[in-house]
Amino acid sequence: MEKQSDLLLDIQHLHTAYRLQGKFYDAADDVNITLKRDKILAIVGESGCGKSTIASSIIGLYDHKNTKVTGDILYNELNLVGLNESLFNKVRGDKIGMIFQDPLASLNPLMRVGDQVAETLYYHTNMDEAARHARVIELFNQVGMPKPEEMYLMYPHELSGGLRQRVVVAMAIACKPEVIIADEPTTALDVTIQAQILDLLEDIQKQIHSGIILITHDLGVVAETADEVAVMYAGQIVERADVKTIFEHPLHPYTRSLLNSMPQSDDDDEDLHVIHGTVPSLKNMPRTGDRFAARIPWIPESAHEANPVIHEVEPGHFVRCTCWKTFHFENEEAVSGE
Amino acid sequence: MGKEIIQIKDLKIHYPIRSGFWNRITDYVRAVDGVNFSINEGETYGLIGESGSGKSTTGKAIVGVEKVTSGQILYKGVDITKASNRKRLNYNKDVQMIFQDSMSSMNPRKRIEDIIAEPIRNFENLTTDQERDRVQELLDIVGMPSDAIYKFPHEFSGGQRQRIGVARAVATNPKLIVADEPTSALDLSVQAQVLNFMKHIQQQYNIAYLFISHDLGVVKHMSENLAIMHRGRLVELGSREEIYKHPIHIYTKRLLSAIPQVDVENRDAHKLQREKVEKEFEENQSKWYDKDGRVFPLQEVAPNHFVAIPKDEVQDAISEEEKERD
Repeated sequence: MEKQSDLLLDIQHLHTAYRLQGKFYDAADDVNITLKRDKILAIVGESGCGKSTIASSIIGLYDHKNTKVTGDILYNELNLVGLNESLFNKVRGDKIGMIFQDPLASLNPLMRVGDQVAETLYYHTNMDEAARHARVIELFNQVGMPKPEEMYLMYPHELSGGLRQRVVVAMAIACKPEVIIADEPTTALDVTIQAQILDLLEDIQKQIHSGIILITHDLGVVAETADEVAVMYAGQIVERADVKTIFEHPLHPYTRSLLNSMPQSDDDDEDLHVIHGTVPSLKNMPRTGDRFAARIPWIPESAHEANPVIHEVEPGHFVRCTCWKTFHFENEEAVSGE
Repeated sequence: MGKEIIQIKDLKIHYPIRSGFWNRITDYVRAVDGVNFSINEGETYGLIGESGSGKSTTGKAIVGVEKVTSGQILYKGVDITKASNRKRLNYNKDVQMIFQDSMSSMNPRKRIEDIIAEPIRNFENLTTDQERDRVQELLDIVGMPSDAIYKFPHEFSGGQRQRIGVARAVATNPKLIVADEPTSALDLSVQAQVLNFMKHIQQQYNIAYLFISHDLGVVKHMSENLAIMHRGRLVELGSREEIYKHPIHIYTKRLLSAIPQVDVENRDAHKLQREKVEKEFEENQSKWYDKDGRVFPLQEVAPNHFVAIPKDEVQDAISEEEKERD
């Protein structure tokens, strides 16, 4: 095998804007992330923060009339932004696989699940029908489906949620893609099934040496699986670091607030931390200043940068704005700035 | 602890399966198959299970919207599976429900005022002014602005709608609220908000909750006692400490080990543990389930801790647990 670089995806200055009533609004605003081989990059944030926007921009599944994507998404020196459809169809499914949140919605209800997986192979490989069938059975074995021969002939509605998601995973990995994008792959599943699917993703990643972008709002899932984490708020990356740093030394107020609102602490009778307000809608998103400032009103304006930029606080640990230096929760004493 | 507000005794809900030429009943789906537990006044009781375990069916039966096949639900000592008893006790006023999907549980064409006032209109005789005051008061309890009464459900975010659902549930001053996955559709910080409101209301009005969820983290935060349901039966029942610290049944262990932990340092160890439990669950089915795959009857292993294991294994389980405690 020829030597391949470890850098799979290099996203630079990605802006994705949606048209609302004639005007374009940035849902992803200057996003810079990189995905390396054999790594899992998790993107976390509340709903409406632009996580899925990044996924759809990478894979090119957006409404081309009403969406404007600028910046660079480099996959092995191929820029996916503005790539024409026929070229994109060769990349999509072959080099970049996608796993969606709702397996029932991403499967065709009128087609046997085996045939749906085989369809991917039909478009991207030169296999004949027998070879495709054999490969699908192999894939079903790989994703841990019992009785693959019988499963091949099932329709999506005949399968349980966990099995359906396995079919979707099988479809995504059919061509051994280098990049797998998993958009909330386990949100609709039970905890035990969730654990199985996440383990499965990790195992498969080890086998085919791909990089995974895992989009989720569940911090527990992130802590269990990710190698690197990017925290998103209102279209921007606010903190980026390896998984250990994010959970042990989170700096940005948003990351700290999210971690604090998890109902897993041992002092069970205390109130859970609540982040004031809500994520602003796309139209009302503030375009200047710290976008998170409105949700931590007790922090004086002077603590925020006028135009927050990403700072490298420690090697590999990036934080937006400088307000983290003096940030404290509402019920805590103020700490003096450094 | 206070006294019991509701007792569920050997509750069974079976759905018939019809097949064959005459469309006769050939078998039953045993959605709920002999469940016993009781909820104390003012406490939060957690009911945990995976999808399809029968936990929502149990909840619906308690509210009285599911026809019970056999067994009793005792409220103030009276069996309320009979509709006439429900009416006599004002049961439908005292027991309310919060639903998972706030959008589909509210009439999209009604204003918030009418949505919240509906239970009040059903059970109380108030003048228009009194009614409006009451609605304002309820909105205030869940931290909603007063102009919300003129709006429609779609004008609110998911968390706000769920809070309106809470306001509607407490409108009649109920004694028990069945909350069926009230926060599973919400973001983390919004979930925190709804749970906090639920807790405050509970302290203020001494309401008991039956908190149905598959999220063990949330149940741990909310409830004092809990039961774990699997295949329509309870596999383990007890206080929060007992179940989370000393789980005995393999299914409980499996559920607990599957919760993602925010502990990056030990995640490989946690994964190994999870795989060990999963393997044991796969291999030792016969030890934990009888030959028809049914869960055994509950046996007491410690005060306020019951586990579904065969009677002759109770001693083993107790000694094993004591060993773990030391």
